[in-house]
Amino acid sequence: MTDNAYNGPAIEFRDVSFQYANGLALLKGLNLSVARGETLVLLGRSGSGKTTALKLINHLLSPTGGQVRVEGVATSQWDVIRLRRSIGYVIQEAGLFPHFTVAKNIALVPSLEKWDEARTTTRVAEMLRLVGLDQELAGRYPRELSGGQRQRVGVARALAADPPILLMDEPFGALDPLTRAQLQREFAELQRRLRKTVVFVTHDLHEALALADRVALMEAGNLEAALTPEEFQASPHPLVSAYRDAFLSERP
Amino acid sequence: MGLWQFLVQNRKEVLELTGEHLWLVGAAMTLAVAIGVPLGILVTRMPRLNKAVLGGANIIQTIPSLALFGFLLPAPWIGERADRLAILALTLYALLPLIRNTSVGIQGVDRTVVEAGRGMGMTDRQLLWRVELPLAMGVIIAGVRVATVISVGVATIAAAIGAGGLGEFIFRGLAMVNNQVILAGAIPASCLALAADMGLGWVEKRLSRW
Repeated sequence: MTDNAYNGPAIEFRDVSFQYANGLALLKGLNLSVARGETLVLLGRSGSGKTTALKLINHLLSPTGGQVRVEGVATSQWDVIRLRRSIGYVIQEAGLFPHFTVAKNIALVPSLEKWDEARTTTRVAEMLRLVGLDQELAGRYPRELSGGQRQRVGVARALAADPPILLMDEPFGALDPLTRAQLQREFAELQRRLRKTVVFVTHDLHEALALADRVALMEAGNLEAALTPEEFQASPHPLVSAYRDAFLSERP
Repeated sequence: MGLWQFLVQNRKEVLELTGEHLWLVGAAMTLAVAIGVPLGILVTRMPRLNKAVLGGANIIQTIPSLALFGFLLPAPWIGERADRLAILALTLYALLPLIRNTSVGIQGVDRTVVEAGRGMGMTDRQLLWRVELPLAMGVIIAGVRVATVISVGVATIAAAIGAGGLGEFIFRGLAMVNNQVILAGAIPASCLALAADMGLGWVEKRLSRW
């Protein structure tokens, strides 16, 4: 992006802490790097610091200690608007603009980047196809869509300007189990083709194991372990096995 | 003589006073929107100002209208003409609902939507113009509506300082102890208030779909 010669990790946390002015620490000395094209899932309960870690990447929050580096450059050194426009962002309930049509929502970053109309229209159609939505939906408003459709639009919006990095904060958390499973499958398929650098936040172990190249397990602001799904299944780490017991026992 | 007859016979003066009334209210509302909406936006950006700005506007609201007209009399340029004075007083009264509804409207915009926009790289200005103001517009117009209806009523008192408007009939009728003359001012004023309420209510509804 800024430096084509840069070959290190796409995202790197170097001893990163985050705490509020009142002293409440949400993240303590996090060291973690995300390789280019990797899907890293941040797994943990609410309050474990996973969303905080995510928001530090696109500088919605700035670290109170250490450095978060994106493409080798500390987020504090980035032009924050440039940084964010090169990072796709998907949140729970999609966070779509209710007064924008689907097409206008998807075209958000292209319009901010002043793409011409023809290019934008082509791109919107391409994105709708990519996330499996009918072209007819382009003129609809978010409230006229189902939850699953809205979330697809959220993904399409995040990918519209083809950012190398994608941040997803419990994107499928509010969906019914069937729709969620379907979107997870489709997203895994999409990611196999696109090979974005993805950081995905969830508290659902099934989701984590289905999508992750690596699972980073967070607890009370600390990174407990970063394991591949295979390693996760076998790890003797007490918290990891606690998760396995809690989640995997649900399966028949 | 019936009221209707009186209105028809004096239609020229009725229209003239209605025109003056509209001028007072229209000019005051334009000024109030031009001042109140930016102030409302400002307090969402600098929450520390919230108390001072809303407190100030609140205090103005509590001043009786006749007294406020009196207080403003010595002001330079403003005090020279009654209509300037009346417009300033009406503007001051209209500020509170405008500032409050603007800031409440913006604060009421779904935070996840705003954060999504910020996270996608919208600047503060783009967020304001493309997301926050459009989504808050229904609430802001509701403030304009309340302020306009209040202004139409308060503007009748402006006749007491010679600023004209439909209050002329009301004060004249009071002096003459003639209900018909009072009503000749009061009824058109009520009609103006109702029309403003319905018209702006319609606009508000159109803009509150989100």
